Amino acid sequence: MHNLTIAELIRGLRSKEFSSVELTQHFLTRIAELDPSYNAVITVTADQALKAAAAADQRLAAGNAPALCGIPILHKDIFCTNGVRTSCGSKMLDNFVPPYNATVVENFEQAGAVVLGKTNMDEFAMGSSNETSFYGPVKNPWATDCVPGGSSGGSAAAVAARLAPGATATDTGGSIRQPAALCGITGLKPTYGRVSRWGMIAFASSLDQGGPMARTAEDCAIMLNCMASFDDKDSTCIERDVPDYSATIGNSIKGLRIGVPSEYFSEGLNPGTEQAVRAALAELEVQGAELVDISLPNTGLSVPAYYVIAPAEASANLSRFDGVKYGYRCEDPTDLQDLYTRTRAEGFGEEVQRRILIGTYCLSAGYYDAYYGKAQQVRQLIQQDFAKAFEKVDVIMGPTCPSPAFKFGSKGDDPVAMYLEDIYTIATNLAGLPGMSLPCGMVDDKPVGLQIIGNYFDEARMLNVAHEYQQATDWHRAAPEGLL
Amino acid sequence: MSIERHEIEKLATLARIAIDDSTINEVSERLGSVLELVDQLQAADTSGVDPMSHPMQATQRLREDEVKELNQREALQATAPDTEDGLFLVPKVIE
Repeated sequence: MHNLTIAELIRGLRSKEFSSVELTQHFLTRIAELDPSYNAVITVTADQALKAAAAADQRLAAGNAPALCGIPILHKDIFCTNGVRTSCGSKMLDNFVPPYNATVVENFEQAGAVVLGKTNMDEFAMGSSNETSFYGPVKNPWATDCVPGGSSGGSAAAVAARLAPGATATDTGGSIRQPAALCGITGLKPTYGRVSRWGMIAFASSLDQGGPMARTAEDCAIMLNCMASFDDKDSTCIERDVPDYSATIGNSIKGLRIGVPSEYFSEGLNPGTEQAVRAALAELEVQGAELVDISLPNTGLSVPAYYVIAPAEASANLSRFDGVKYGYRCEDPTDLQDLYTRTRAEGFGEEVQRRILIGTYCLSAGYYDAYYGKAQQVRQLIQQDFAKAFEKVDVIMGPTCPSPAFKFGSKGDDPVAMYLEDIYTIATNLAGLPGMSLPCGMVDDKPVGLQIIGNYFDEARMLNVAHEYQQATDWHRAAPEGLL
Repeated sequence: MSIERHEIEKLATLARIAIDDSTINEVSERLGSVLELVDQLQAADTSGVDPMSHPMQATQRLREDEVKELNQREALQATAPDTEDGLFLVPKVIE
């Protein structure tokens, strides 16, 4: 059952080949048996899952089942779940049990999905390797001495290891696409404002966006149908109809114009990764797409701009963790200052503290214009690059990240080495555009990700292109050894 | 690029994060490395470019000022480290 896609599982449940209780039990058993090797799941909600599955079976039998009725999924531990600990990968929230559901969680509940548990992640979503999690790193199912990527590394590893057919994730600078690439699965970061951020613990509010992870584009479409919604509670959610993403995935891609940015195939790109991505582009050409050389000249400025804007917003967002209203509090504070400063020094890990300090620096008096103001201007330039490109092309494609999964600890002590991992993904967050990653080959027995960047609200077309590619190839069917 | 010790101390105060004296040099070095990266921005020609704050130039939605949510003080305070009679408790602030 664990090798079936969500689309196949929906059919299987409705034709009574298996029940949701059987399916849920099967995945819970896999998590219990296999996850000790991967550390992808922080909290397993077995009892609640089995209860929800039994209820789903009743609705399926009664014939009034909603879209995802009885389908087991995992939520990234950044989405608040009513009554279930939501840690955000941090000691700061190790004891935090939210009294409400995030809108995304609520949407899946309405659609009848069964929640198996919460997935591991980089602390407060700050990282590209899952090494910053308070709960220890997630291991890549393809090579357990390698990172799964981050920050949604737990969701990606869980889907790759078939611990769940799909999982929710979030992406601020590449946190859906990069782990999807490194774990050989399919993941989509929607347009900024497409998916509600309410109840999704904030990192950088002008960049954060939730999205689905699954093994196929078809499954991502099914999940996005449920995740995307207008939400009054998120002031930056865009009021716009949600199309049926499943309805158009089978369209022909004949005549599709694919922009290939020269900046995404330059120095620092692993030759094997480049070869796999070029082969994928050639396959799409065979299907009738046209490749167009384009330039995104300000690509090089995206990482510097991001490391001003994201930490600046994080330093403001994370000021709420003060040891007073929820979460960790230090022992025996002598006064209020001591309570604040020690709670935050003990509750936050090193990378989170570093980003808060950088953000504080960039926003402090005398530096604001030189850093934050400048970065927001550069952001405009980056957006203009994309706008110009989309006058000539329908989608943009390139590698998701410069090379396949790297070994734990291999990025050393310099934070910048890790930051450059997101060089191809960050610009889309700065521009607010949708981006996705899907597997397109292997290098050194590790998966390579093909990135698709779309125009605003063009997720349906991206999913269509990805689906057509997956109809013609079988990289998305590959599984780590012993996991099929 | 390195940041002076007094600057790190000021940042730590502003960010309300206690930094152990023994790690200040290390913190300074790593922050310096990140600031070196972001200083690449200074080379960009941004004259006449408006700063971007929202990708779709969305404006703040307004709504009628009406009560939609009921008070959930008890549920929300259940997650707090220390409360009494509906109040959050902190160490003594006024002598």
